[in-house]
This record gives sequence, C-alpha cells and structure tokens, in this order.
Amino acid sequence: MRLLRIVPDDTKFDFMRFRRISFPISALLSILAISLYFFHGLNFGIDFKGGMLIEVQSKSGPADLSKMRASLGALGLGEVQLQQFGAPTDVLIRISEQPGGDAAQQQAVGKVRGALGSDVDYRRVEVVGPRVSGELLSYGVVGLGLAILCILVYLWFRFEWQFALGAMIANVHDIVLTIGFMSVTQVDFDLTSIAALLTILGYSLNDTVVIYDRIREMLRKFKKMPMTDLLNASVNQTLSRSVITHVTVSLALLALLLFGGQAIHSFTATMLFGVVLVGTYTSVFIAAPILIYLGVGTGRDALSQSDKP
Amino acid sequence: MLYFTRWKAAAIVLTALFVCLFAVPNFFPEKTVQSWPKWAQRHMVLGLDLQGGSHILLEVDTKAVRKDMLETLRDDVRRVLRDARVGYTGLAVRGNGAEVRIRDAASLDNALTKLRELSLPLGGILGGSGQRSLDISNDADGLVRLTVNEPAVIERVRQSVEQSIQIIERRVNELGTVEPLIQRQGTDRILVQVPGLQDPTRLKELLGKTAKLDFRMVDTNTSVEAALQGRAPPESEVLYSTTAPKTPYLIEKRVLVSGGELTDAQPGFDQRTSEPIVSFRFNTSGARKFAQVTQENVGKPFAIVLDNEVISAPVIREPILGGSGQISGSFTVQSANDLSILLRAGALPAPLTIIEERTVGPGLGADSISKGKLSSYVGAGMVIAFMLVTYGLFGLFANIAVAINVAMIFGVLSLLNATLTLPGIAGIVLTVGIAVDSNVLIYERIREEVRAGRSPINAIDAGFSRALATILDSNITTFIAAAVLFYIGTGPVRGFAVTLGIGIITTVFTAFTVTRLIVATWVRWRRPQRVPI
Repeated sequence: MRLLRIVPDDTKFDFMRFRRISFPISALLSILAISLYFFHGLNFGIDFKGGMLIEVQSKSGPADLSKMRASLGALGLGEVQLQQFGAPTDVLIRISEQPGGDAAQQQAVGKVRGALGSDVDYRRVEVVGPRVSGELLSYGVVGLGLAILCILVYLWFRFEWQFALGAMIANVHDIVLTIGFMSVTQVDFDLTSIAALLTILGYSLNDTVVIYDRIREMLRKFKKMPMTDLLNASVNQTLSRSVITHVTVSLALLALLLFGGQAIHSFTATMLFGVVLVGTYTSVFIAAPILIYLGVGTGRDALSQSDKP
Repeated sequence: MLYFTRWKAAAIVLTALFVCLFAVPNFFPEKTVQSWPKWAQRHMVLGLDLQGGSHILLEVDTKAVRKDMLETLRDDVRRVLRDARVGYTGLAVRGNGAEVRIRDAASLDNALTKLRELSLPLGGILGGSGQRSLDISNDADGLVRLTVNEPAVIERVRQSVEQSIQIIERRVNELGTVEPLIQRQGTDRILVQVPGLQDPTRLKELLGKTAKLDFRMVDTNTSVEAALQGRAPPESEVLYSTTAPKTPYLIEKRVLVSGGELTDAQPGFDQRTSEPIVSFRFNTSGARKFAQVTQENVGKPFAIVLDNEVISAPVIREPILGGSGQISGSFTVQSANDLSILLRAGALPAPLTIIEERTVGPGLGADSISKGKLSSYVGAGMVIAFMLVTYGLFGLFANIAVAINVAMIFGVLSLLNATLTLPGIAGIVLTVGIAVDSNVLIYERIREEVRAGRSPINAIDAGFSRALATILDSNITTFIAAAVLFYIGTGPVRGFAVTLGIGIITTVFTAFTVTRLIVATWVRWRRPQRVPI
C-alpha cells in the first residue's frame, strides 16, 4: 500500500524571505484586531456581564418567537434578546442584568417563568449576579496573564531568553488575532472563551516549541550555517509534522463543530480559528523569523548569500 | 531506546492495564457495580451539565451579620452597665461600634473593667494570635467607644457559613435528592449542587429563607393606622402579613418564644376545617415560657412571625400548657410541608443571597451526552482513518497507543472520582489530537533519520530518542496552560482542564512506554530491512 504523503520529502521553501510580507501583515491584522476590540467590542456573555440566560424548548411544535418576545417584553426587564438555538423548538433568551443587586435577578427569573407558563420546557437557566460576574472576569484575565508568564519562565529555563521572548510575541499575536475574530463574529465571550484562548495558547506554544527545539538542535549541529538558512531548514524539516498534526487536530475539531451541538459551538469555532489558522501561521512565519531580530545566532552570517544585495 | 528488559516490559504493560481497569465500572449499570468490592466501585461522575441539575452559589449577607453584631453589642453594653449600676447616657450604635457616655467620672474605671469583659479572644483560624473581638477606647469626658474589629466580623461570618452549611444540608436532604454537594467556598460563600432536579424553584425557596420564627404579642395599645403615620411606639414595629393583600400589624419587638425552642414541626390538616396546617412542639423551656405567656394574655392577640412577616395573628382563647400547638395561615399542602421542613432544620444565623445559579434540565443533559458521544466517535474515526492512510502499519500502532491512552484517561478520571462535563469531553477529543501528535513527531523523526541514511533499527532508535525530548517540552507547556485553567476555572472550565491535564500526562506516558514497547516488539519480531513509513 502506498502511504499518503501530504508534504513531500525535502521541501525547501524560503519561509524567511516571506517575513518581509508576513511581519507587516501581522502588524496590520493585530492593529485591526485591537481597534475592533475597542470600537466594535466583544459580545460579553452573562459570565462577565451578569444577567440571565434561559434556554427553553417549546412543547408544542416550533417556538413562536414573536409571541414570546411580546410576552417577555411586557415584563419590563429591560433588554430581552431571543434567538433560535439549534432546533426550531429551542429558543435562547438573554436578559441583561437587573438593577437592584442579586435578589433582583432571582425575581426576574420568576417573572419569566410566570410569563412563559407551562408550554415550554426549561432546558437551561443561568443567572449570574453582579458581584460574581466581576470576579469571573478578573479571574479570567489574571489566569490568561498567569499562564503566559508561567510558560515564559519555563521556556526561559529550557531555552535562551530570546526564544522565550519570541514565543511570547508569537503568543500575544495569537491571542490578539483570536480576540479580533471573536469581535467580528460576536460569539459570546464567556468562561468557555477563556478556556478556548488558553487552549489556543497551549497548542500554539506546543507548535512553536517543536520548531524551536529543532532550531536549537541545528544551532548546535551547524556552527557556521547562516541564520536564515538555518531557520529555513528547521521549519522545512518540521513542516510535514506540522501539517499532519494540524490535519488531525482539525479533524477532531471539525467533528466537535459539526456534531457537538450548540453548547460548544462557539468554543470549537474559536479553537478552529485559533489553533489551525493562526497557530500554524504564527509558528512558521512569526515565531521562527523573529529570532533573527532577537539576536539568536549573532556572529553568524545573518543573511544567506541569496539575500545579500 | 528499543531495548526493554523483561521486567520493565511487564511493568509497563501491567501499569497500563491496571489504570485501564479502573475505567471498567463506567460501562456497567450502577446496580451491578454496587455489588463489587469497594475499591472497584470508583467511577466518573457526570457533571451537572450532562445529567441535569442545579448549581447554586449562596453568599452570607455580611452587612446583616455586622448589623446584628452591633445591635447585640449595644444590648450587652446596656446590660453590663445596668448590672454594674453605672449611670450612662447616649448609648447608641455609631459606625462600626457602640458609643456610651459614663455620667460619673468616678465610676469610669469600674465601667471600663466590666466592658472589657465583653471583648472575647478570637478563636478559629486566628486562635493564639492574642487578638480580641473589640477595640475599646475612651476620652477624658467619659465617652467610651467600643469598636467591633474586622477580624471579629470575618470570624463571625465564617461561623455563620459553617452553621448554615449544616442547616442547608438538613433542608436539602428533605427534598430526597441523590448526592447533593454542599460546601464552603471562600470565606462567605456556600456552593450547593443538586443533581437531577426538574425544577429548582422549590430548592431555591428552601435555601433563600432564613426561617427565623418568633412568637410575639400584637401591640393593641396603639392602632395600626397611627403607627403607619409614624407614631409607632419604640418597642413595637409594623409588620405585614405573608398573604396578599398585605395587611399591616403592629407587633411588639420583644420575642416571647423563638423558633429555636421548637423540637418538632409536622404538616397536617385541621380536623374541623381540613385546611393544611403546621403543628409544632416546644422543648421544656419553650413550653414553660409559652404556657406562662398564654396564661397572662388570654383574650389578647399574638402573632407568629416568620422572617419579619406575620403568618397569622390569632387571639389566645385559653392558656396553652401542653407545649404544642398549630399554625394555620392559608397554607397550601406544599407550603405547609416546606414550612415544617424549614422549622425542623432550624433558622439560618444570617440571611443568604443567591449570587449565581446554573440549572440544566435533564433533557438537555441527555442531548449533550449523545452529541458528545457522536462527535467523539466521528472525530476518533476520522483520525484513525487518517493515521492508517498516512503511516500504514505504524499508523495502526499509533491508533492502538491512542486507544490505550484514552482508556487510561477514563481510568484516571474514575480513580479520582472526577466529574465529566461537556467541556471535559471536548478536552478528551483534543487530547486525542495531542496524543496523535506525539506519534507523528516520532514517525516524522524516524522518516528523517531514514532519509539521512541510517539503517532501519538505527533510524527507529534515533527517531524515538530525539522525538521524546521534543514531546516532553511541548507537552509541559500545554500542561502549564491546563494547570492554570484548573486553578482559575470553576465548574465547566475546570472539567475541561482536568481532562486536558490528565490527558497530557497519559500521552507522555504512552509515548515514552507503550508506543515504544509496541514498536520495539515489532522490530524484534520482524527484524525489518526497511521502515514501512
């Protein structure tokens, strides 16, 4: 049986030359993502904003959204969002946080139950009070920062500081672009999104570390090789692994996205974007070439013969 | 890298087998598993998002605790000074403490000595620190200030949480649910998780009520109308009835008998009207007090007050000497039942507020399980097929190793009695990705070594030893992310972190041992002339 070779042996792509395009593109995309965050914003879910999320299933055929909207709108609970969620019988109701502290949230849920009556099944009710939501957000942000810091320290011990810094720049780039993606798609930004961001971080690092490992090995083996050639060789040698791994991860994520149901839909969509699109691009086109600028292998010919004017 | 001593190979196989075995109880119905020995009964617990249930986070009202402490302090100061026969003026709660002016400068020292006895050493976690509950200061003209300090408030909140947990346990157990989880979270919070509940409304009603029951006299000297216009005497207050329309009553603040003196409460029906009622019985001292009060007040109305609402205000027709009685107040069967549960369980030391609620109905839970299964099977199927197409025989080895890996994850989860949530399933699917990656790293390295001109056995050996260092490095970084996620996360996110973290450990284990052993066995058996990848 002939085995599948997605990437042929001995590829010789000049990845480093592409940095003249990839760096400006990444800078531009990062600026775009940051301005999206500030001007378009994230769609904060109830975990961080407080409020109520109620998933109901109509017992008698497809749900009548306009009727439900009318009866819930009459309750005077401020902004009430209704959205069909998966099947036509299922409706997701979002109600913003009620003024008047934690007890007021519970009263509002009671009112909704009263208004919708017994025609619906309550599949999910989530109520997050104002104090809890504030804490969850700060935990999330602190957690993300803490994770980056821990990983940095580890990389600093295992490699040289330039590698740790390069990995960090690549990481922040991943996180920033994924946040931009979340802003464009307006998926709910909640605790699960923080989990997605952290996983993207882990995966992207995993990939970066594999390439860095190879670069370190090459640095030891070839003392004279020009830096760009060495980086190109390292990326090319690990290319087959990168592609195969990302195909398998994409297959797993695709299964989750298609069959995992609505509950983890935004989670897997974000992961697919962050891990497969951004993560791969970053380790090849950002994490590796940035080492040139961070001064890894100074004393070598920084530029290969072909790069010289 | 390819040589294993016999006992080492045996140790690897036994370890993997041992861990996998712990996953077995998950595949048998609970009834069957219960007849097995205790150590074999460990299994994964389905999270609330999969089996349905309620997650409710309660917080002790620190403000109410502080207010209660200050009022008690004021009353204590009054009692102490009265007992010591010290004249005083202007006793009041002010800010974080109480202030009082001692009239006679000569008795100031005596008063201070007596008041210092109110300041108790703080026990609990601060025990032995020598800190006391009150800071007492005075100025020259006889003004004494007693301040309740922050550690004392925290200590009281901590005690309230502990008492509340016991009371909540009694209340929740009355609902007859399976394995409710009630635990402290932080200093002032209580987490209640009740699986498999259709409607949490009743649970929330049972949790949210302080259930402070008092028997008090109705003040008949002043009319309610006059009191509502602001002319209520200082020793009485206006309270409203529980039932609509809210009727105001003027009730004396003095408590005749409190709910703490009840020994039993049961729902029942009135023999004449067949209305639902709650009958109760006092302990000895409560019975004595109640008998005395009813003897002295025949013909006058008294009130049964629950959480500052009047349940009923009957007229005392005759002295009640037996120490038992009944409350009737337009109950339904359900509310009579709930009130007796609350009275039996006792009153909470401080009010609790629900600050977070997450409830999943059993229908959604079942849907999530089936979707989780389906997506796992499809994902695994595609990955298996892809590996076979890409690596052939070695792909088969990889698939075997990954299957063992997944079985080991289930084994470890069972061993820890860990909770499996929907994000947890996602974590397992992602682990499959990572586990496959470890094999890919090894095989790609072997391919490279073959291309570099090494002999097959040499190439396989070098491939393993070089790839394993990379696998370790890359997995430790992901593990750090999982650990942080576990540390900061709650509920579902934690479930994800647990499976991801365990998955990384088993992945490293299988890559270093199982995969290597499989390939080594194959090499010894076939003595390959070329590597088939």
